[in-house]
Amino acid sequence: MSELLRQLGRTGLQALGGLGRAHLLLVGILLGLPQLVTRPRLLLAQVFNVGVLSVLIIAVSGLFVGMVLGLQGYHVLSQFGAAQSLGVMVAASLVRELGPVVTALLVAGRAGSALTAEVGLMKATEQLSGLEMMAVDPIKRILTPRFVGGLISMPLLAALFSAVGVLGGWFVGVGLLGVDEGAYWGQLQAKIDFREDVVNGVIKSLAFGFVVTWISLFQGYDADPTAEGVSRATTRTVVHSALAVLGLDFVLTALMFGN
Amino acid sequence: MGRHRPHTAQPVREPILGTTPRGGSAETQRKAQGPGGHPPLVRVRGLHFARGDRVIFDGIDLDIPRGQVTAVMGPSGTGKTTLLKLISGQLRPDAGTIEVDGQNVHALSRGDLYRLRTRMGMLFQSGALLTDINVFDNVAYPLREHTRLPESMIRKLVLMKLEAVGLRGARDLMPSELSGGMARRVALARAVALDPMMIMYDEPFTGQDPISLGVLVTLIRQLNDASRLTSIVVSHDVAETAGIADRIYLIANGQVMAQGNPKQVEASGSGWVHQFMHGEADGPVHFHYPAPELAQDFLG
Repeated sequence: MSELLRQLGRTGLQALGGLGRAHLLLVGILLGLPQLVTRPRLLLAQVFNVGVLSVLIIAVSGLFVGMVLGLQGYHVLSQFGAAQSLGVMVAASLVRELGPVVTALLVAGRAGSALTAEVGLMKATEQLSGLEMMAVDPIKRILTPRFVGGLISMPLLAALFSAVGVLGGWFVGVGLLGVDEGAYWGQLQAKIDFREDVVNGVIKSLAFGFVVTWISLFQGYDADPTAEGVSRATTRTVVHSALAVLGLDFVLTALMFGN
Repeated sequence: MGRHRPHTAQPVREPILGTTPRGGSAETQRKAQGPGGHPPLVRVRGLHFARGDRVIFDGIDLDIPRGQVTAVMGPSGTGKTTLLKLISGQLRPDAGTIEVDGQNVHALSRGDLYRLRTRMGMLFQSGALLTDINVFDNVAYPLREHTRLPESMIRKLVLMKLEAVGLRGARDLMPSELSGGMARRVALARAVALDPMMIMYDEPFTGQDPISLGVLVTLIRQLNDASRLTSIVVSHDVAETAGIADRIYLIANGQVMAQGNPKQVEASGSGWVHQFMHGEADGPVHFHYPAPELAQDFLG
């Protein structure tokens, strides 16, 4: 019993310690923002790494998700004679929920794990120590550009996901199942509210970008500097990011659409 | 060969060559002074450092004289690399002080520590080159970070540094295209890019083929003398290190076991020092890990 309590206490302390280190790292990253303004190339490189290199997987996934939504939505809505509302259903699902959430999960799997592995390997190969010894702060130089790059890329990728998804829904609904094209686009335009749907979706994807990039960078920076340590950290990035995104999505949805 | 005794080195408590008394005697400080009687560049006093329950340094004193090559040697795991990290402020001691050029490293603000580090170079065991940029940009990195020199001047300086390590022709290669020895030479060029007052070498000879090893040994000595640097070489390669060192500190079990010039340390009466310097398989540090009698183990 006492061993169990001891183990519980140890685990709790480790978790609290990790949380503390993560917040300290976040402060360090944010303190590097002014320096980033004078070096926009560092940021552009990371927007390319996190954002541009994720475009293909996001676009393809968005297309398939939109097609599935079109198919499923058509079958449900047609039972109530509301198949003409397919465009609204597809767009609302994507812009409000699936766009930000699925994009965040995909970015965590592709770019987040890559960030963790990159930073973890830089630590394992003493590149971060090497920067320290060259009097260059590795947090400001390496982590801050990656953090902001992730933050900027996430809403753009979510927008791409939703846009391609709407096209996927259009292809299935209008192209294959015979929904009227005017109704598809017209209802979508009339019912999707910019403030209620689009802005809330952007806020969600910004929040997810913040959390996923923070988790990814922290796991890399905090990884044991060994091959096994980096491997474990990469796994933790995907697991923690997925859980954080889904949990945060519920909280944000409740705050935005709870009334 | 001896048995039933710990495999690790036993602290040698009897007086060994020039073992520094706690706090550092005037005699020790005089010996550690470089040419011209200048105070030592690095002064370590009463250094305590532990990782968890494991004590790495138990109140050691060290002086690194200016303008000389000082070797810090000892068995694996005795904290040689840790000592370099403490001197450079990457780690904080549990107790004691470390002064570099008169500044208490661990009392400095982050900005002052970084300013001090621009005057210190460190050659990491792995080279620690940035893997996403080529050799030229790696050497140019500290110049671009800490100076406002025009790119044409940076180019000339980088080529000079690369020429000094014999790799001017490798400027366009990526770190992944370099051999281990070449990577360390590029890292050395980067470490001296800002013309520091001191360079710390972390196990520079480990894993090198004989030619690369010979090149590194020569480079360390030549760079030290030509640029009037102060060099600290951490290593357990006795022959190579003793060959270029002006002064040697032998550390083990958290203590300075011996210090002096290579001849003095070689001639030490301590069994442990003798065993380490001559690489003998058995001695005060035993070949066998403690175990019951062989016959008893087989029969029992």
